[in-house]
Amino acid sequence: MEGFDPLFFAEVTLAGLGSGALLALTGLAFVLIYKATRVVNLAIGEMLMVGAYLFFAFAAGLGLPAWGAIPLALAGGGLLGAAIERAIIRPMLGESPIAIFMVTIGLGSVLVGLVEIVWSPNPTQLPDFIGAAPVFLGEAYVSRKIAVGFAVACLVIAGFLLAFRTWRGGVALRATAADQAAAYSCGIDVPAVFCAAWALAGVAAAAAGILVGAVGGISPTMGVFGLSALVVVIVGGLDSVAGALVGGLVVGLLEAWSGTFLGGEYKIVATFSLLLAVLVVRPYGLFGTAEIERL
Amino acid sequence: MSAPGPILDVANIEVIYNRTVQVLRGLSLAVPRGQVVALLGSNGAGKSTTLKAVSRLLEIEDGALTGGAIRFDGQDVAAFAPHALVRRGLFHVMEGRRIFEDLSVEENLTAATFARPGGRPSRGFALVYEYFPRLFERRSGLAGYLSGGEQQMLAIGRALIAEPQLILLDEPSLGLSPILVEEIFSIIARINREQGTAMLLVEQNAAVAFAVSHYAYIMETGKIVIDGPVERLMHDADVREFYLGLGAAGQGRSFRDVKHYKRRKRWLS
Repeated sequence: MEGFDPLFFAEVTLAGLGSGALLALTGLAFVLIYKATRVVNLAIGEMLMVGAYLFFAFAAGLGLPAWGAIPLALAGGGLLGAAIERAIIRPMLGESPIAIFMVTIGLGSVLVGLVEIVWSPNPTQLPDFIGAAPVFLGEAYVSRKIAVGFAVACLVIAGFLLAFRTWRGGVALRATAADQAAAYSCGIDVPAVFCAAWALAGVAAAAAGILVGAVGGISPTMGVFGLSALVVVIVGGLDSVAGALVGGLVVGLLEAWSGTFLGGEYKIVATFSLLLAVLVVRPYGLFGTAEIERL
Repeated sequence: MSAPGPILDVANIEVIYNRTVQVLRGLSLAVPRGQVVALLGSNGAGKSTTLKAVSRLLEIEDGALTGGAIRFDGQDVAAFAPHALVRRGLFHVMEGRRIFEDLSVEENLTAATFARPGGRPSRGFALVYEYFPRLFERRSGLAGYLSGGEQQMLAIGRALIAEPQLILLDEPSLGLSPILVEEIFSIIARINREQGTAMLLVEQNAAVAFAVSHYAYIMETGKIVIDGPVERLMHDADVREFYLGLGAAGQGRSFRDVKHYKRRKRWLS
């Protein structure tokens, strides 16, 4: 690598931050569910994928404008999350964590299959709602889609964090995450909080899905994005919102750097090496709580 | 105006944990409206289990009520989910305080507003801060940074937010210095007097529990062995010796007394 080009490096870094923000948003969806209900939800990538397809259905299928299709897709993602909680997770309450974990894997496959039946297994493009005019930060070029994706992901994350701090339901959510029995004793309807956590995670995942789909197109297998998000939350700590944010940006940057400077085949090697390194030093993740269960 | 009969009536209950371990064996007790009733006993006697059976937090810990009935305000508690019972006026202050450590003091109180229909305590948090001015000073700090005594105040403060008819208090003296214990219990007595809240108080510290209670039950291995008005129990020879640590003449007794040990065993069986 002779002739290090700082401008090119800056552009790669910005692209990495862009996809990192999407990873962070997906990680937030994962952490929301884990924190509130202690369920390791491996179907988060597929929930993201369904969110993207819902947007596709509303925008391309029904021809709705983006400002109509996006809220509908987000609402659909929320409903999907709530429905999964009520129909599949709640009956499993009290079963071993491994059993519930396996159920979410199965659920992921079912979602992929359903989407393939309804929309065909072929990849497609989302109708463009972002535009293509490039964005320049100083001299560095950033794809408009990535820039918008980054900004929107940051806004959504900030919105969630603000809601947890200020909204009364946010207090119920954090109280339930901290101590279920104590939350019950304060009159908090804990099962309703579980359902709300899944619904909010569904909204966050759908938002991430729309953004990921806008950048890279959609396909029933785009849920593998959830695998990177899993690395994010394991690195950051399963139960840490801050961990999801930092982990998302770190993994996004690492993927961009290794993919560009070492070659695409190094992406997975680099991220999973990071995963191993973090787990060896801090088995509960960078920001995770020490005593949490591991699988 | 209210229905006649005690606010809480526990009749002959049996509790089994994990489908194998029987913890309560036919326990009965009652809490009259507006009164403080103490439930005393040694470690592992089943005091906390009794409270959890009443508030239905038992099921979260894999315990099950296998016999008997618990009636709160005339209605069987089995008909309600734990949070629904809280909203009907039965608040459980759990052992070990169980405050939300990563929430601020005020957020802890906000969490308890879910116990109020409509989510609004009639006087906001003012009532809590009136009883516990120290919580007001520390209202925006993280609850985890409070001292043990302040955390207990917060736990009781959450109960006040709910404006309940009955508070179940599980070992409010746990881990507190004697001076704090005295402070907390004088506030407990004031709350009972001024708010008319009935309380079922679980304690290991019998002396301090007697000071605020009207009636007391003493339990051993899952059932009640003695009960009566506090004035009478305070003069009962066995209670004085085993629970207040006083001999017949009023001075402390030694555990080396073999006869004492034998008598105790016989009494327990």
